[in-house]
Amino acid sequence: MTQQINDIAEQKRIAGNEQQEPVITIRGLKKSFKDHNVLQSVALEVHKGENLVILGKSGSGKSVLIKCLVGLEWPDEGEISVLGQDISTLRYDELNALRVRVGFLFQNAALYDSMTVRENLSFPLRMHKKTMTQEKKDAVIMEMLDNVGLVDAIDQMPSRLSGGQSKRIGLARTLILRPEIMLYDEPTTGLDTGTSREISELMVRTKKKYNISSITITHDMPCAKLTADRIIMMKEGVVVAEGSYEELEKSEDEWIRSFFH
Amino acid sequence: MPPGLNPYQKAKVHVTQKRSQLQRFFHGAGDLVSFAGRYFREVVRPPYEWREIFYQCYLVGYKSIFLIGLTAFIMGVVLTIQTRPSMADFGAISLIPGMISVSVVREIGPVITALICCGKIGSRMGAELGSMKVTEQIDAMEVSAINPFRYLVVTRTLATTLMIPLLAIFADAIALYGGFVAMNIHDTTSLRHFFVAALGHLGFIDVVPSIIKTFFFGFVIGLIGCYKGWHARRGTESVGVAANSAVVASSLAVFIIDMLAAQITDLLL
Repeated sequence: MTQQINDIAEQKRIAGNEQQEPVITIRGLKKSFKDHNVLQSVALEVHKGENLVILGKSGSGKSVLIKCLVGLEWPDEGEISVLGQDISTLRYDELNALRVRVGFLFQNAALYDSMTVRENLSFPLRMHKKTMTQEKKDAVIMEMLDNVGLVDAIDQMPSRLSGGQSKRIGLARTLILRPEIMLYDEPTTGLDTGTSREISELMVRTKKKYNISSITITHDMPCAKLTADRIIMMKEGVVVAEGSYEELEKSEDEWIRSFFH
Repeated sequence: MPPGLNPYQKAKVHVTQKRSQLQRFFHGAGDLVSFAGRYFREVVRPPYEWREIFYQCYLVGYKSIFLIGLTAFIMGVVLTIQTRPSMADFGAISLIPGMISVSVVREIGPVITALICCGKIGSRMGAELGSMKVTEQIDAMEVSAINPFRYLVVTRTLATTLMIPLLAIFADAIALYGGFVAMNIHDTTSLRHFFVAALGHLGFIDVVPSIIKTFFFGFVIGLIGCYKGWHARRGTESVGVAANSAVVASSLAVFIIDMLAAQITDLLL
């Protein structure tokens, strides 16, 4: 299994070398809540087709960072450009048009618990693809459920799903609008080792199939190893290290090494 | 309060605490007004989520009809039974239908309906939206480019605003029927005679203001229920707090609106 993970990681890095064009650019991002400075002049770029993994301890500002990318939080200072658009200058309808192109997988999947799996998946289509026929919508839903291997769960309520199944359905719901960028907020947290690996492999397959750029926030090192083209490490709202998994693994810095060993 | 303080220091701490409570109250009130402002901005802007509006109307109206009907029937019976001895002392038994109808239509029917809806619908909305907030479902809607305010708050508030007047009219009718049943325990009267006598005492000023105020009751029940849920803090405890405070705040708002409506109606008389 370790060999398989290393092979996928190697393929990913080869593909990573071909990536150039930035789809996300962040410059001088600052965010604070009352007296607590959560983000302190963060700068990063994500290139087309790349998966950037952000590592850091709890409270280091990772989740706030990706929430700033979709307007769930607003920065105090700095520039955020997503798919060539400066989000601070967008009107609400323009921001929503951008949000359709950016998928966000929440830590607990955030499935609508009053709806079945089918309704969870059809909801974004109903709201955004008003001209799409019902047959086409059904076909897209089945394709997405097939992608995540949960076609049988179509009529289940979210409360009947396991943690891993919820994450997969959450991913299917996010992918149904065919986003160009995916933001994963701790996609494997709370899952057992086997299920975490399945989710990580699903993320890699999804990226490959739909050519999606992504940012992944995780504490799960096997997930980082499997999915990351590049890793940045955050400490107290500051980016302290950047590199590939292998480069950071060999770091002499004790704090960085604490993640890998 | 910290120990070892002299009376002056204790009074100072007490005043500071009261001041911060007052600040929180006004801050909350201002927030609610701003929430209502957003509702009015969104409600006039199509397209409407008709499917969700109808579903919420079904939940508010149809799902509450049995409870409202049963309560209204009991209310009509009790009111008649308790009124009868006094009316009999004055030899005014024939005025009972009129007295019941005026009491029920002007005051008891709308207020009891609204209070039941505060408990049943306000708490449901507070808990539902609070739970959605805590589990990031509202954020999930937002990042899916679906306006959660329009989809959740506008639809629910519109549904309560439209359905609670209908429920109040239904409650009025059932309460009068309860009064008719109670009348027949001691006396004999026909349904037709009872309703002719009851409705004969109702004028424009009894019916129209009471129906108008039920729209306001519905509006505040929906709005406050949604507001409390929408502003739930992270954590499961806040869901319970949201449901509870939705009931308390909307019940209080119903009484305040009722008092204002009584004053305004009085000015019109």
